Amino acid sequence: MTQPNNFGFTEEATMLKDSARKFFADNFPTEKLHHLVADNPDPERSPGFHWEPELWQQMVELGWTAIAVPEECGGLGMPLVAVAGLVEEVGRAAFPCPLLSTFNTCRVLQNCGGAGQPALEEIAAGTAATLAITSVDGSWNPGHCGVTVRDGALYGTASFVQDAGKVKRFLVSANGDSGLALYWVDADAAGLQIQTDGIVDLTRDQATLHFDGVQGEWLTDAGLAALNLAMPAIWTLLAADIAGAAEWQLQTTVEYVSVRQQFDHPLAFFQAVKHPLVNVMVQIDQTRSLLYNAACAIDCEPEKSLQFAHMAKASASETAALASGRSVQCHGGIGFTWECFIHLYFKRQKHSQVLWGDAAWHRARLAEILIGPAAA
Amino acid sequence: MSESARKDTPEQADFRAYCQQWLAENRPADPPVRLPQSALEIMTNEQLDYLQAWQKAAYDAGLVGCDYPVAVGGGGRTDCQRVANEEMLAARTPFFPNVIGLGMAAPTVFYHAQDALKERLLPRLFSGEDIWCQGFSEPGAGSDLASVQTFAERRGDKWVINGHKVWTSLAHFAEWMIILLRTDRSHKYDGLSYFVVPIRSALGKGVTVRPLIKITGETGFNEVIFEDLEVDDSYRLDELGKGWQVAMTTLLHERGAGELQTPRSGGLKSEATHTISSASLINLAKESQRDGACAAYDPVLRDKMMQMVIREQGLAQNNRRARVQALLDHPMRLPLQYKLLASENAQDIASLALEVAGAGSTLYLNHEGAPDRGQWPMAYMNSYGMTIAAGTSEVQRNILGERVLGMPKSK
Repeated sequence: MTQPNNFGFTEEATMLKDSARKFFADNFPTEKLHHLVADNPDPERSPGFHWEPELWQQMVELGWTAIAVPEECGGLGMPLVAVAGLVEEVGRAAFPCPLLSTFNTCRVLQNCGGAGQPALEEIAAGTAATLAITSVDGSWNPGHCGVTVRDGALYGTASFVQDAGKVKRFLVSANGDSGLALYWVDADAAGLQIQTDGIVDLTRDQATLHFDGVQGEWLTDAGLAALNLAMPAIWTLLAADIAGAAEWQLQTTVEYVSVRQQFDHPLAFFQAVKHPLVNVMVQIDQTRSLLYNAACAIDCEPEKSLQFAHMAKASASETAALASGRSVQCHGGIGFTWECFIHLYFKRQKHSQVLWGDAAWHRARLAEILIGPAAA
Repeated sequence: MSESARKDTPEQADFRAYCQQWLAENRPADPPVRLPQSALEIMTNEQLDYLQAWQKAAYDAGLVGCDYPVAVGGGGRTDCQRVANEEMLAARTPFFPNVIGLGMAAPTVFYHAQDALKERLLPRLFSGEDIWCQGFSEPGAGSDLASVQTFAERRGDKWVINGHKVWTSLAHFAEWMIILLRTDRSHKYDGLSYFVVPIRSALGKGVTVRPLIKITGETGFNEVIFEDLEVDDSYRLDELGKGWQVAMTTLLHERGAGELQTPRSGGLKSEATHTISSASLINLAKESQRDGACAAYDPVLRDKMMQMVIREQGLAQNNRRARVQALLDHPMRLPLQYKLLASENAQDIASLALEVAGAGSTLYLNHEGAPDRGQWPMAYMNSYGMTIAAGTSEVQRNILGERVLGMPKSK
């Protein structure tokens, strides 16, 4: 199979991306984000999070959560590159919501055969969900799992669960007798304790899930294959969030250095300031081009999707690091304060940088594909 | 069917079939002499004769200048040069010798010359019968190109040129030069005018071409001295004082960001080509040893090689995205990055290849058994030509920061 030249980015995808950008510009300017999430600077504050469930509800009503659900399950079945375009705008707004987590969950549910269909229908109808598949050691290999199935019930711990406080359902991986199983678990299930993590990022929430005899709906015993098949899309969509947020960091910083005067010139007059920001732009563009390529490959060239998605997330993690570092440095003293909005994106990006594997991790996996195993 | 072939218009599809058939029947014989890494390092008449014969054959077959109008010697087609280029790449034909003519002089002459001049110059440029060179840089005008001092003084309907141009690739073979001249010393930018100048016929009669030796030891570029060379006013492009604007057309195409697709043939598989890619870098690692084990197992080198792979793929995908309107924020944002990225990427790949080759990287072309016959140190040294010529990487970053990101101008 080969990819279309235009990445499969249709007119419909363009309209969705444009309307998302307008939605956030109209409803959620950065001032509002800062007012909402940055109320308590105390590093010892008790773990918690803020978001706007009403705005999220509007997004659900616009049909955004359904775009990644296949048509036969009541969704819109849009190409992944269109989904990525929407996620880019969520990243640009740094909007706290479980959209990305819900998309990720869709990608796994699609690989669960008929058993995944009711869950996908729930998502198409507006239910938010997230993945609980990471162990306490933070391994990004889906085979490493801290939950076990005993007599049909779940026991153990799932760590680093994204958006856990904003969803109704968890897709949980658990070691069972017949392999890695996947379960569909209600957030209110008996025996499930959701312990919110104290995290740096103010635009997300993350939790540790403790399972003590929790009942869920069994989806599959071929969970490892289902997760591995979904990972390229999960990396690609996070790369899109990073690219969108990085573009905000770039434009905001360019605006500042073009206005702020020192030595009788705007800061950007000096190439020591100008050139690193050009490097940020170049790095963002690499990430964008690579992530559209990966998204298109997942739909149209599956044999290449794994390597292209590793490239996209490796590049995105570098983008997150570079754009964040330069945005603070080029803002100078004000960039080091809580009152300057750029810290919100800095923190979101440092979280995204490591989530689902950092650049070195993805490059190591890519090398295994392109060169072969690391040792003789 | 290739990825781009399935997107062909009917005209492109017919033309592609024609190119494939012609190339299958007319692929040139292997060269009788060792060819350099690119046209800019052509040193001998034997190399030039072989490559000129190939360009002439390709032009006569309609594979060069496809998108230019028939009246100026072109093919009169729409977006077909891209197709010819793809097919020549696939057929691994030799490169064209007249690269400055095709890439820079042709679009400049086409957009800015009088019709009669275009009709006279372009057919022999496309065929490669006339080799072209470019007279822009001077000893005192490098990155600050607009400070050129080579002066053209008006005498009736003639101009008399005096001055000194440098880094003039192919001048030793060139019939013609595109040249940026000062016609008014009182205005920096508006005092410049743009000409085409016949230099071969003037050798020893107002024009002196002297070779400069590059860091690699190769020749290929020159300095050119003008002493009272008289040229006709009909060789001026566009209006007097508009030389800077005309030069922008040249530079835009030189940096791969222009409207017209440059005819490119290339991919002749020889020991001298195809060294600067991440694939050949990985091959080198597989064949190199590091502390008694295969270098391709070294985790640090693997990480660095993957950085190159990713950037190379990113560059290819940028070029793809540059044609998708909906995925662009600014029309020049990707085109203006091309030269910067391609040149720095090639430099970093070559640099890493020296690391991978280890002790072997000390061996040069003159040592039998050097890794990849010593091409990597040569490629690494030549890569600085790419990051300096056609606007240094520093100038490119200024342009990107100012024109695309809208930051204030640097001095």
